[in-house]
Amino acid sequence: MAKTHKTVIKVDDVTVRFAGDSGDGIQLTGKQFTRTTALIGNELSTFPDFPAEIRAPAGTTYGVSGFQIHFGSHPIYTPGDKVDVLVAMNPSALKVNIKYLKPNAIIIVNEDNFTERNLRLAGYPKNPLEDGSLKGYQVYPVPVTELTRKALEALGLSQKEKDRCKNFFALGIVYWLYNRPLEPTIEWIQKKFAKRPELAKANILALKAGRNFAESTELFASHYQVEPAKIRPGVYRNITGNEALSLGIIVAGRKAGLDIFVGSYPITPASDILHELSLHKNFGVKTFQAEDEMAAIGAAVGASFAGDLGVTATSGPGMALKTEFLNLAVMTELPLVIFDVQRAGPSTGMPTKTEQADLLFALYGRPGESPVPVVAPRSPSDCFYAAFEAARVAIQYMTPVIVLSDLYLANGAEPWRVPDLDQLPPIALTSAQPGEEYLPYQRDPETLARKWALPGTPGLEHRIGGLEKEENTGNVSYDPDNHERMVKLRAEKVERIRDILPEPEIEGPDEGELLILSWGSTYGAVVTVMQELRKKGREVSHYHLRWLNPLPRNLEYYIRNFNHVFIPEVNLGQLSRIVRDRYLIDAVSFNRVKGQPLMVQELKEAIEQILAR
Amino acid sequence: MATQSTHFIPVKKVRQQDFASDQEVRWCPGCGDYAILATLKRVLPDLGIPREKYVFVSGIGCSSRFPYYMNTYGIHSIHGRAPTIATGIRLANPELSVWIITGDGDGLSIGGNHLIHIMRRNVNVNIILFNNEIYGLTKGQYSPTSPKGQVTKSSPYGSIDNPFNPIKVALASGATFVARTVDRDTKHMAEIFRRAARHKGVSFVEVYQNCVIFNDGAFREVTDPQEKPEHALYLEHGKPLLFGKEKKKGLRLHRFHLEVVELDDPEQADDILIHDQHNPDTAYATLLAELTDKENMPIPLGVFRSIEMETYEEAFFRQIETVKTMKGEGDLKQLMVSGDTWEVKA
Repeated sequence: MAKTHKTVIKVDDVTVRFAGDSGDGIQLTGKQFTRTTALIGNELSTFPDFPAEIRAPAGTTYGVSGFQIHFGSHPIYTPGDKVDVLVAMNPSALKVNIKYLKPNAIIIVNEDNFTERNLRLAGYPKNPLEDGSLKGYQVYPVPVTELTRKALEALGLSQKEKDRCKNFFALGIVYWLYNRPLEPTIEWIQKKFAKRPELAKANILALKAGRNFAESTELFASHYQVEPAKIRPGVYRNITGNEALSLGIIVAGRKAGLDIFVGSYPITPASDILHELSLHKNFGVKTFQAEDEMAAIGAAVGASFAGDLGVTATSGPGMALKTEFLNLAVMTELPLVIFDVQRAGPSTGMPTKTEQADLLFALYGRPGESPVPVVAPRSPSDCFYAAFEAARVAIQYMTPVIVLSDLYLANGAEPWRVPDLDQLPPIALTSAQPGEEYLPYQRDPETLARKWALPGTPGLEHRIGGLEKEENTGNVSYDPDNHERMVKLRAEKVERIRDILPEPEIEGPDEGELLILSWGSTYGAVVTVMQELRKKGREVSHYHLRWLNPLPRNLEYYIRNFNHVFIPEVNLGQLSRIVRDRYLIDAVSFNRVKGQPLMVQELKEAIEQILAR
Repeated sequence: MATQSTHFIPVKKVRQQDFASDQEVRWCPGCGDYAILATLKRVLPDLGIPREKYVFVSGIGCSSRFPYYMNTYGIHSIHGRAPTIATGIRLANPELSVWIITGDGDGLSIGGNHLIHIMRRNVNVNIILFNNEIYGLTKGQYSPTSPKGQVTKSSPYGSIDNPFNPIKVALASGATFVARTVDRDTKHMAEIFRRAARHKGVSFVEVYQNCVIFNDGAFREVTDPQEKPEHALYLEHGKPLLFGKEKKKGLRLHRFHLEVVELDDPEQADDILIHDQHNPDTAYATLLAELTDKENMPIPLGVFRSIEMETYEEAFFRQIETVKTMKGEGDLKQLMVSGDTWEVKA
């Protein structure tokens, strides 16, 4: 690599956003930048921002695809609120992303695409590169298309093929800006295009040309260095929330010695779970794409009745349709895992935007007294452990379990230290044995779980169903006292799940002025705020809930130790209601319902306001 | 891996009474359901399948109480959703003999979607649809098979709905075994159940079932000893389509429909259709099914269609085996580090 004489400025963390048409290879570019950044040892978190339309017309604002990466030399928990560097491949990409930029952010644009037509499609009356409207930013117009074509002149490729390489030219520029090596991407290109060496060559040339252009034209006044973070040794991979849910459930199946039966119906943003699991049929995973959401969970319930672990994955509209089956699973006390990848609702809402507004629905959204355990992962990689725990609880307590993920976790990615599977706890089955005196609703005295008797086993023939059951025998019963007893037993069984769950630990002092109480995907934003407040010498504490039902025992203790309990959520205050209802305290609810994750800055400001009171 | 439920390995002789559960049967006195229950209990011991391999799955409705009365595995589920559960059971354990008990409301109204999809997939289950052309358990509303004009509690001025013909629904969904029988004719019913059980793939059996309280006599044409000979057309593979007291009437194809001909007329007798249940096209069976809805036409009873086709389970488990052959038995450690990985050294 050529030596550079530019100034190198050290920074702790940076957020870069790549944006362009769906066809510009934005996701691929982002993933390459992520890979290189991980390899050189930075901490990072990423989030893709796909357009809702499958193939939106080129150049339009609604066809813009984005990829954001936040990386640093210290632990990184969110993909970043605001962007330091925007790479905009056309006017629409600039238009829709300018609101995410920090003051004085760097904007690299492909000026070749700022044509009259594209400006019109983006809704710019005048060219923003010329009308002074971008004052306050560092704008770098680069003729990316033209320069890529020139760099590939000698190759016998069509114009279209050459133009497809321009994302690598742009990537080369950003690599120079952040002083990253080209080798990891070059190796990747060589592998990817092993069968088309001419394309491999072209992409590598474009990448190098971008880098060299940035260097030799002295495009930027300086470039930046983000030192490697102190990372725990081990083998790492990148993982999205949906991938992690899939892996977690596969591992749980193996630990329990059960086949996993996945009944699912395609729905954004949960479909990737079905896609992922359907690849792994050689792992004891059976996948069934059902005719609708009800059939999906129905087949899963049937499979659980017959001895597999039934699993179904969905999002809001699908959850609504599955409620009756959830109640059947509660009544028949069969193991079942439901992944609810929350999206902005109600109804169809905004399928490609995130939200945490299914919490009350997961807890209470069923006719009758219907207790269901609910667990919420806090980060993409944590989805692995949440899925595993959900399966463990479902099997050991013979109950359906809801995993509340969300779109932000599902599509977000982070490096994950691959765990040692031997460290995971075992999963014990409650199986009835052939020949034993079997009563379908007789319970384990500790867990209150009934025994699982699999069809095909001689002597254990029995009938279950949605009608109320007599305690022990499981016969249909309309007896008033029996019904009340069963209602309470079902609730008590879920309460007892606490016995096998580790209690969350508080971060910060045990008592004081302010406790931040959070759940699910807001974890990253809250932890980031904690770091920033601590830097300023502000002492607050943080308690993050993993299981929303049953709630941990130590929660009340902590809640009562603080003057303020501050609950940030991406809904109108659902956990706040639960906490107020249960502990009769005046919790402070902080809400944003914009289809976006919580922003660190606004959260910090809200907390500082309370502390200033 | 075995994918069939019908391995006939008699273990020990199971008797009819072994299939009775200890629960009191609570249908109305005189209900057609009793005959169906008794007939199934009589048929099952002859199939050579151990009792513990039977699973009865039902939805909601009078007929759906059925599993509680059978001393087998059973699940009384949700209105209309039995086919979904049955599919899951078969895919979890293809050794089980799975029976779906449903009704006209359960199967064709609230559960219509699941019913057509289990049939198109050819899941190896037996579906017994009790058709009484009325909602019984909710006390007398018109159902999707009630004839137009029927006066019920929810249609005091007559139903304005066009009814479904269950056999046509089954045929259109690609069911590989489609039959009809009547609660009053237990011998015929037993034979049809036996054949349904032995069929590899989905079996759909419509049972005309009398609701003595809300729709008594709905099927009088084929149950009344006087009327039956004139109206019942018993389908027998390889035999001519004949009916009438002295079997002097037959059916022949005229243009695109069936017409009745008198056997006494030698010029027409030669054209009588020979029943072919193995006809791969559904057109012929559909013509037969449509007779039910026509004035002055006989009502066919028996097997409309019985064809061999790969079952869903066969394809499902074969694919799993193929993937295992291709990729080998899944290695968790490998899976955990699939895709791009990197190592951070101490």
